[in-house]
Amino acid sequence: MILIPLFGVIILNLVFAANEKTRKAAFWFALVIFILQIAAVIFHHPVLRNNSLEQIDSFFKVSFFVDHLTFIMFICIGMVSIASLFVARYTMPNDDSRFKFKNLLILASLGMSGIVMVKDLFSLYVFMEITAVSSFLLIAYPKNLDALEGSFKYLILSSVATVLMLTSVGLLFIVAGSTSFSDIALAIANSRSSTLVVLAMGLFICGLFVKGGLVPFHGWLPDAYTAAPAPVSVLLAGVVTKAAGIYTLIRIVTSLFPFDQPINNVIMLIGTISIFVGALAAIGQDNFKRMLAYSSISQMGYILLGLGAGTPLGIVGAVFHLFNHSVFKSLLFVNSAAVEKETGTCDMNKMGGIAQKMPVTGATSIIAFLSTCGIPPLSGFWSKVIIVIALWQASQYTYAALAILASIITVAYFLSMQRRVFFGKLKNGFENLKDADTGVITVSIILAAITVGAGIFFPFVYNVFISPVKELLIR
Amino acid sequence: MNIDLVILILTTLAAIWTVMGRSLLKAAIGLAITSALISVMIFRMNSPLAAVFELSVCAGLITAIFVSTISMTKPLTHKEVLQVSKDRMKRYIYLPVILAIVGAVLIALKLKQDFTIAPLAVAQPDVQTVLWDFRRLDVIGQVIILIAGALGIVILFEEKKTK
Repeated sequence: MILIPLFGVIILNLVFAANEKTRKAAFWFALVIFILQIAAVIFHHPVLRNNSLEQIDSFFKVSFFVDHLTFIMFICIGMVSIASLFVARYTMPNDDSRFKFKNLLILASLGMSGIVMVKDLFSLYVFMEITAVSSFLLIAYPKNLDALEGSFKYLILSSVATVLMLTSVGLLFIVAGSTSFSDIALAIANSRSSTLVVLAMGLFICGLFVKGGLVPFHGWLPDAYTAAPAPVSVLLAGVVTKAAGIYTLIRIVTSLFPFDQPINNVIMLIGTISIFVGALAAIGQDNFKRMLAYSSISQMGYILLGLGAGTPLGIVGAVFHLFNHSVFKSLLFVNSAAVEKETGTCDMNKMGGIAQKMPVTGATSIIAFLSTCGIPPLSGFWSKVIIVIALWQASQYTYAALAILASIITVAYFLSMQRRVFFGKLKNGFENLKDADTGVITVSIILAAITVGAGIFFPFVYNVFISPVKELLIR
Repeated sequence: MNIDLVILILTTLAAIWTVMGRSLLKAAIGLAITSALISVMIFRMNSPLAAVFELSVCAGLITAIFVSTISMTKPLTHKEVLQVSKDRMKRYIYLPVILAIVGAVLIALKLKQDFTIAPLAVAQPDVQTVLWDFRRLDVIGQVIILIAGALGIVILFEEKKTK
């Protein structure tokens, strides 16, 4: 999964960079790389699970994670990268800029694939940096003031996160004598009450909160999502913050740190604050993408709440909501890209009645919004229900009640968005609007179908894909 | 007060001077001093090769690149320098305060060796063994970061050319 994009980016530059014609074909090559990644996971999943990757492990001198959580993350990475690729083809002005974008997209995907596979804290840092460097460049791509500001904010806050995490890695290395997950887990278990170990754990978790854009560490996220080009917003919201922040947090607290009440309380508190701050801030936004950015913060809070419940069901809910959020938030950003491209603005006050002219974009955005709000039978409903049940079973009644209450705020800001953008009378000047191109429409329909399908076929999805994630708690 | 503590304090002061300094050139020099002091610390920790890397790359090569780049930019007037300095002081005045608070908290925590140190897997491996045998994936990862950085430079320069 690391080698496919690595060789991909080399071939892309050696073979497809030659002239304009081959650069156009690079789109299909990049698409094949991402499809290969997904196919490798789906078709070889049982093989990967049952046989250790001995040859690859011995070359890299490390061992990799190949469990259900990794499997779900690979699907998210491949799926969102494909969506981003189609949006780039639709929104980016020329073949040359699209070609460079593809290079960075493949590198970001490589970094994320590494993050979800490695079993070593320092290697995790290295792959986080690959993802971060690619993301800085992708955000700054348009070279306008907003993009550079968004990229710079991300760069600075990401560096702060890096410093926190590297310090933590250093401290844990003192205690464990190694940076491998197993050694660190053992060392932490042996020195649980050590001040240094507690400090190291706190620093690492704070770093992950910054990477995940959770309140109060979210300063970079709205600017980065809003200023980034449309395909980059899809990538960032769909998978980057999840792989670098949320996935790593789930992995670290379940594999390394003691998954006990003090850590769970911190996670649930940050999760609840994120849910409310994100949702309340989203209500006041006039910019479509900025509203979605704050909505992302809010929804990631739900994932943290599930994780903080500290039970197998809570983990299942968190991972299922991570997957669902990856799908429906990517869909919403794909829709926002289509609306921005066709109307030339992201200001929701200047829009209105667009669904009449962009029926597919309008319809799929309704599916995504209903799923985000947790309306049955869509996938978002099931993951939120699981999280609330897990919190209730863990006797966290207040957090469960707050999670339900926050859903009402989610409905409020999304209804406001739908009314201002898609419903009502068509605004003057939009008479000649048309829907997005076939590629983007196809991506929207597929993402909407996954949202509906994962909800309707919930028992199958739950039993086959989601429920096995419980194994994370078996060390 | 031992020599390591003195070097650590000097490194911190040099780093603060780098961030709060009036001009880019002084910031570049401050960064070089910080790196040089870190090199001394690394050297005193019995890692001469790492110290040489830090000194040659961070204090030497990077400073040379920074200084040559700064020399190609238009210098600010005295009035502008004062304004930048004022703005920076206003913006970053909390940095030394945060540093002092963090230091006070760490002192209050009274960090001591209240943990069991795990023995190192291999005693005194050489750098080549560490980099290629133990950290091969990380070395490859660093190469990929360099590729990403190179792509970034290509994008920036091409953009300027078209303008």
